[in-house]
This record gives sequence, C-alpha cells and structure tokens, in this order.
Amino acid sequence: MVVSAGAETPTSTGASTDRGVTLDVHDLRMRYGSTDVLTGVSFSARRGEVLALLGPNGAGKTTTIEILEGFRMRSGGRVEVLGTDPARGDERWRSRLGVVLQSWRDHGRWRVRELLTHLGSYYAPYSTGRISRPWDIDELIQVVGLAEHAHKKVGQLSGGQRRRVDVAIGIVGRPEVLFLDEPTAGFDPSARREFHDLVHRLTDIDDTTILLTTHDLDEAEKLADRILILAGGRIIASGSADELSRRISADAEVRWSQGGARFVHSTGDATGFVRELFAQHGEDIADLEVRRASLEDTYMTLVRDHESGRADGATRAFEEVAR
Amino acid sequence: MSPLVVAARAGLSRGRIELRQSFTNAETLWGYLFPTVVLLVVMFFLRGAKVPGTEFSLGAQTLPSTLGMTVAFGGLVTMASILTVEREDGTLLRAKATPNGMFGYLISKITLVSGMTLVSVALLLVPGLFLFDVLALDSIGAWLTLAWVMLVGMVATMPVGAVFGSLLSNPRNMGLIMLPMMGLIATSGIFYPITAMPGWLQAVAQVFPIYWLGLGMRSALLPEAMAAVELGDSWRHLETLLVLGGWAVAGLVLAPVVLRRMARRESGSSVAARREKAMQRVT
Repeated sequence: MVVSAGAETPTSTGASTDRGVTLDVHDLRMRYGSTDVLTGVSFSARRGEVLALLGPNGAGKTTTIEILEGFRMRSGGRVEVLGTDPARGDERWRSRLGVVLQSWRDHGRWRVRELLTHLGSYYAPYSTGRISRPWDIDELIQVVGLAEHAHKKVGQLSGGQRRRVDVAIGIVGRPEVLFLDEPTAGFDPSARREFHDLVHRLTDIDDTTILLTTHDLDEAEKLADRILILAGGRIIASGSADELSRRISADAEVRWSQGGARFVHSTGDATGFVRELFAQHGEDIADLEVRRASLEDTYMTLVRDHESGRADGATRAFEEVAR
Repeated sequence: MSPLVVAARAGLSRGRIELRQSFTNAETLWGYLFPTVVLLVVMFFLRGAKVPGTEFSLGAQTLPSTLGMTVAFGGLVTMASILTVEREDGTLLRAKATPNGMFGYLISKITLVSGMTLVSVALLLVPGLFLFDVLALDSIGAWLTLAWVMLVGMVATMPVGAVFGSLLSNPRNMGLIMLPMMGLIATSGIFYPITAMPGWLQAVAQVFPIYWLGLGMRSALLPEAMAAVELGDSWRHLETLLVLGGWAVAGLVLAPVVLRRMARRESGSSVAARREKAMQRVT
C-alpha cells in the first residue's frame, strides 16, 4: 500500500521545498544479501509534521531512518530529505538535519554546556535569514530542562538527564528535520512521560518535521500527527491514531444478554444491528455493550499477521545490527 | 567565515579541551606518569653502565632514545586506541551527524595527540637533563633537530596510527598493535645499541619509524662523538628524513581512504551493536 500524505509527489527539488514537503520517500527498497528488508516504502511529510514509524522489531524501522539520515545506502527507490537525496547530501544539507543518537558513554568528561557550545559552533556558518544557527545555548539548556546540570559532567548525569543531552545535541543546530530512532528505549514510565513533554515543546517552538521510530504504540499515539505502521518491509497502514482504528477495524463487537444467556456478535454496522435487535426482542435485551476494536487490538492483529514470518524477521533484525 | 575554517577552529578548541581533561582524569594522568617514572628509574640505574666501546653512560644514551619511542608510541598507539574507543562509544557518529564534524574531529585528535606527546616528552626530558649532565640542549642546532625530529615523527606516525585505529573492530583488540610495538621497541636500539643485534634484525628495525626517531633524538641530545657508535658511524639525518618521510607519505595517502571508509560505515545501529557486545562482555 502506497501512502501519500497530503501533497502530490513533487517532480523537482525546488517544488518539494516550496510546498513544504520535507520528507519524500517513494518505493524505497533495501536488500541485505538475499534478504529484502524494505520492499517498497513510500511516504512523505510536510513541515511541522510529527511522524511515527511504528512496527515490531526487525520490521525495517531503523534501516529506513538511517537511509533518510544519510548514514546508509539504499538498494532502490527515490528518497528526498529537504529536497536532497541523502546519498548525495553535502554538509550544508547536513546542517539542516538533526539526529538524536542514543548515547552510551561518549563525551563523559565533557561538561554539558561546554559540549553543546562546541557542537553548536559547527552550525554557525549555516545560519540563514529565517533560521539563526545554532540555538542560543543557555536557552537550549533551559528548553531541555538541564539548567541545573549545565556545568555537570555528562558522565555524572542520570539516564534520563543524559537523554536530554542527546536531544539537545540533536536540535542544537535548529534542524528543519529531526530524526529520533527509538527515543525512549529503556526508559522508565516517568522518564518516558518527561521525554514526551519535551518533544511536544519542540514542535511548539520550531516548525520542525519530526520522524521517530518506536515499537510502542502508546508512544506513537501520544507523539505523532501521523502513524506509519511498518511490517514485513512495507507500510501496511498509515493515518492518525483515530483514522487508523476507524479504517482498519471497521468491525465492532456487540454483547448483550437475553433471558439469562449471553450473546456476542461481530458486525460492521453496529448501529443497524442494535436497532434490529431491539425491534425484534425489545425489552428482553439487557447488558448491551458495543465496543469498537481499539488501536491496540488493531495493531496487534496486524503484527500477528506478519508473525508467521517471525523467524525470518529475527534474522533480518540480526543482520541489520551486524552491518 | 568559511564552514571549513569554523570546523578547523572547533577542532582545535576540542583538542585543547580534551588535552585539559587529560590532566584532571586519573586514568590519563597515570598514563602520563607511570611510564615516565619507570623509564627514569631504569635510566637512573643504567647511569653507571657504559655504552659498549665508550666511556659514555648507557642511561644518558637511553634517554633520547625513549623520547623517540614516546613520539612513536603517541602517534601509533595513542591515536589508534582513541579512534577505536571513540568509534565504539559513538563519539565518531556524533561527529558524522554534525556538519563538517569529521573534519573537526580529525583536527582535534591531531591536536590532542600532539599535545599529549609533547607533555610526555617534556616529562621525560626535563628531569633527564638534570639527571645527566652530558645531555645538552645548549645550542639552537640541538633545539632545531629536536623540533624537526618530533614534527616529522608525528607526521610519520599519526596517520598510520589512525589507519590502525580504523581497521581494529574494537578497543579490546589493541593487543594486535601493542605486541608488535613492544617487539619493535626491543629491536630498535631504544634500550640497547642496535649494533648489538644480528644484521637481519637491524635491517628489519630500520624499516620502521621507531629506530629512526630514537636515532634522531640521540643526534639532538648527545655529543657529536657519540655518532661513532651508530650504524654507519653517523647520525644519518638524510636517511632519517627519507624513511620517516616515506611513512608520512604512505600514511597520508592511506589514512583518508581508510578513515572515509570507516566513517561511511558508522550508523546508529552499528554503534548499538557494539554497545550490545560490550555490555555482554561486562555482565
């Protein structure tokens, strides 16, 4: 299924930026050896949109995002990020992107403010009339909530604080497109909540397009304007959380009791079915319950459909990592 | 200002910051002091021994040789290990995600390793000059020789070290560099005159930069007469320049290709995979 968001596929580089399309992916394919990881992924995003790439492990989320970041060569298809093919992106193009990496123990001896000042300095020559780069460092530290820790060493921060540093590094150049790969992997619930607040704040401040990957449906639902479900190397569904649950789960479940017995019926037209039910049995009907499948049910069904290829998927995940 | 100039400046400042950090960190301080103290103690006990065929102190002859060894060690081993460690922990990937970040990163590593080498050399040289009266840096010529040998030595070794660092898959494989290094140091006339080695070993040692760095440093610090105990009865400055220059050219040609290849392969998932591997080793 080809998913196109809003705009028509732009034909030229200039056109895509003019129309505010920042990400444009068409029929993206990736093959490692004899394994197809991506078999035709298409989507696009406009300025200021938050997209979540959702899918089980090994679905090709990381591969997709790394191709868009310009960190990985694709096997086929057309990709444009800010009107440029990432495989040929120069440093000016790079200066307009932000990548939030998962830190581990790098720069442990650096102080937070010192590190951000240093990394920000690379962006200074890339200021434009519209965007002044880099971000004012004190303001940035404030935005990500690290004011109290600005003079601490990165190695002394807690996991959640460190993640804020990662985000600050990702956005220090005031990116027009921001990539986040599994941003909350390994977070406890409160750190996760804080991180979500931070992302919301970012989209409020700048008109940044954000593409994030996650295998957490709840996270996708909270953060994204639009969710792309990636499974088996393709986007199998896309839309807002609402649209997805409506579009894919047309069926609703109707439960009722009649004369002490309980009944369950699955139907596409719950309203019509219930009207009919009352018309026939009237006052005999009790304990009526109509339930539309939740997004989670839908997602689980979708993923289960691809579960048959699970072993296959696991090898793919392994290869992805080994590369 | 041009973005490359900005990145070069950022690289210089990064190198300076990391050099400063190396003085406040127990691990790197140990790295500065431990070898220095060991070498000075060894030389102190060698001070009475004589270079074969002369009345000259073997300890005094060893000191300049170890300065040459320090330069080679910094360029080859320190450079390589910094690169492998920072590739594993994701520092390099951050540089890659920054505009001109790789260029700045490289400048910073050259600054850092040069700075660390200078510090290590000074730590040996200053007490060494007090320890041995026969060592003299009292002429401009001696200082100039010391300067050019150090400079050419660093240019000869750092790119090669960077190539090794790019080729090693993880920091725990540093032994692959350390063992041959130790072998070369033992056979390059650092702690004992190379003339005592069999001819074939002398030939092997003269292919590598360590011997020539030791020789160059001796030529700067020892009295002219000591050239008589060297191979060819001479300080062989021209040969030193040629061999070190050869290594420099080879390194400078090879390093950009290898570094670019290494950088191209860096991505979030490759760093994550290495992290995973390292974590398994820990637990």
